[in-house]
Amino acid sequence: MSRKDLTGSAAGRDPNAPLLDVRDIKTHFRTERGTVRAVDGVSFTLQRGRTLGVVGESGSGKSVLSKSIMGLLPRRNVLREGQVLYEGLDVSVLDENQMRNIWGAEMSMVFQDPMTSLNPVMKIGKQIKESLYLHLNMSKDDAHDTAVALLSSVNIPEPEQRLEEYPHQLSGGMRQRVVIAIALACGPKLLFADEPTTALDVTVQAQILNLLQQQQHERHMAMILVTHDLGVVAGRTDDIAVMYAGRVVETAPTATLFTAMRHPYTEALMASIPKLTDPSHTRLEAIGGRPPDLINPPAGCKFAPRCKYAQDRCLQEDPPLMDAGEPGHSFRCFYPVGTDAGAQALANNAAAGRSASGVPVTLAASGSH
Amino acid sequence: MPEHSPEHPGNQAPGSNYFPSGDFLESPNLATELTQIADVDAYNLEALHNLDPDQVPEDAVKKRLGWTFWIAAAWIFLIVALALLAPLLEKLGMPDPTQPVCTSRDCSLQPPLSGYGLMGTDKLRRDIFARVIWGARVSILVGVAAVIFGIFFGSIIGIIAGFFKGKVQTVLMGAMDVLLAFPALLLAMSIVTFLDDKSVKTIVLAIGIVAIPPVARLVRASTLVFAEREFVLAARTLGASNGRVITKEILPNAVLPIVSFGIIGVAVAIVAEGALAFLGLSIPPPDPTWGSMINEGRATLETAPWVTLMPCLVLFLTVLSLNLAGDRLREYFDIREGAL
Repeated sequence: MSRKDLTGSAAGRDPNAPLLDVRDIKTHFRTERGTVRAVDGVSFTLQRGRTLGVVGESGSGKSVLSKSIMGLLPRRNVLREGQVLYEGLDVSVLDENQMRNIWGAEMSMVFQDPMTSLNPVMKIGKQIKESLYLHLNMSKDDAHDTAVALLSSVNIPEPEQRLEEYPHQLSGGMRQRVVIAIALACGPKLLFADEPTTALDVTVQAQILNLLQQQQHERHMAMILVTHDLGVVAGRTDDIAVMYAGRVVETAPTATLFTAMRHPYTEALMASIPKLTDPSHTRLEAIGGRPPDLINPPAGCKFAPRCKYAQDRCLQEDPPLMDAGEPGHSFRCFYPVGTDAGAQALANNAAAGRSASGVPVTLAASGSH
Repeated sequence: MPEHSPEHPGNQAPGSNYFPSGDFLESPNLATELTQIADVDAYNLEALHNLDPDQVPEDAVKKRLGWTFWIAAAWIFLIVALALLAPLLEKLGMPDPTQPVCTSRDCSLQPPLSGYGLMGTDKLRRDIFARVIWGARVSILVGVAAVIFGIFFGSIIGIIAGFFKGKVQTVLMGAMDVLLAFPALLLAMSIVTFLDDKSVKTIVLAIGIVAIPPVARLVRASTLVFAEREFVLAARTLGASNGRVITKEILPNAVLPIVSFGIIGVAVAIVAEGALAFLGLSIPPPDPTWGSMINEGRATLETAPWVTLMPCLVLFLTVLSLNLAGDRLREYFDIREGAL
């Protein structure tokens, strides 16, 4: 199949299908120590123009997930399973040459660190125009005008001059705007933002997030916002998927997740956000322990070793994804937060002073539940 | 409970405060206020940034090349200029390098500045200065051409090996290791002997082939580093092909080490040509090259040391200048990771 076939025609595309339908994808890395199950069976669908937040701590597989969906991982020593349906077309089976027509033009990515994601020896303008020439076959003048328009749309002052500058002449926030402008250049339908504000000052973070949101609304573009910061996704996503140990442990519409979370991990993440109403010097609620070893994950629930609710059953049986009753809300837990079973489990653990996995549980800590 | 907050935060995540999308911006809570404060701060920061370029006096941070560089550069310039202008100088009265300056025996082995030219004469009554100038043409031509040859093929091999890795790399770098295992001079000598053609072309080819493996290793190393950088991944997510990534993203970044290697490489190639000429494997006499001149002076080293010393001195100064200038340029253009 030639490259043109895929770009020109809508071969295999179904306009009625959801923009992105991820079905049970698994990404395993073969290493000398063993197989790392970085992504271990993740499914979700994303409609046009919607935003999905993917939240999880370091090593939960959230970055690997976005790279797996885009097909950016090396082929060697990587096991990929499952389907990624983009407008009904399974892109997980396409090779690199075929993906090249989709990368940039249909889906693109904003990276974490604007210091390293721009080529230090190429002028900003050239970096923006590259993909315009490649995907849209623009003329030189058109590309120039588009680049200027793109830079001003991401609120960069004096865009004409910036085109002639090198990345090191810009500040971090400015560079991230350039990175966003490059990612948006060909009008993708799907944007991956992989921790887009992690490397930036807190003051600039809000601006960049607002910018992403605004661009997304204007372009009716779907976005997957990957972050470890629940505060980042709170006001800006339609749905949130909480990842732990390569799996989605809870997924729900954003408002539901914040008000009626079911998974103890989600609850623990919420608890670890500092609150403005807390008195000064309040100690942050941390989640004890570390994420599990992805080579030899614990039997049963992957979060059980750190969970206050853990019962004997959690250590043996792996909870499946359960429906919470509300549309789009599901979770993996036998003793979900906010249910009688959960409350009972916590009360049992409080009485014993520890959970089944050995996490200390005190009465006061469980009191407010 | 010293480590615990008065209210449990788990219950505190209030739905209304975290309502999605646009509502977040209008809702009258502290988070919104904070966002607005942050926005103003960021605006100010940006304003500051926009001022910057004019505010910082450029001289204060300007790096300098230093006087050693300029002396070295001046010497290189002088030698290159003299070599280029040799035919013109001859018309202006410089003696023919292959002909005796006079017919009498008196003018053989005259010391420098004795009325027989700037650097004296050799045994065959030829003007050493003229021979050094004409010899410079060969040395510089061979030095530059061999290095360009080596860089051209070495870069291609190195970048392909570093980018595609795997079997391609094993084969290419294995071949380079085989080339490196030969003593360089021996390899160059055998190439010249094998081709049995002592022309500039052959010398360039011989030294150029010897120069390929070190360049390939250097370029492969840079490629390995830059291929892992995020901007290469970013280019790929925009649909750039391998060829584009190599030529537009990696090569421009690898050019700097190649260039600084090249300048020092010219010095090494000039010495190599000198060694070949000393062994009689360069341009055949009577055409002068620095190496063959040094060789010719050996017999009279005790009575007339200048015959050997003059080309030696010029060779020494040229190689030293190239090394100094090359090193200094590399430092000057060396951009630390932090500055990127």
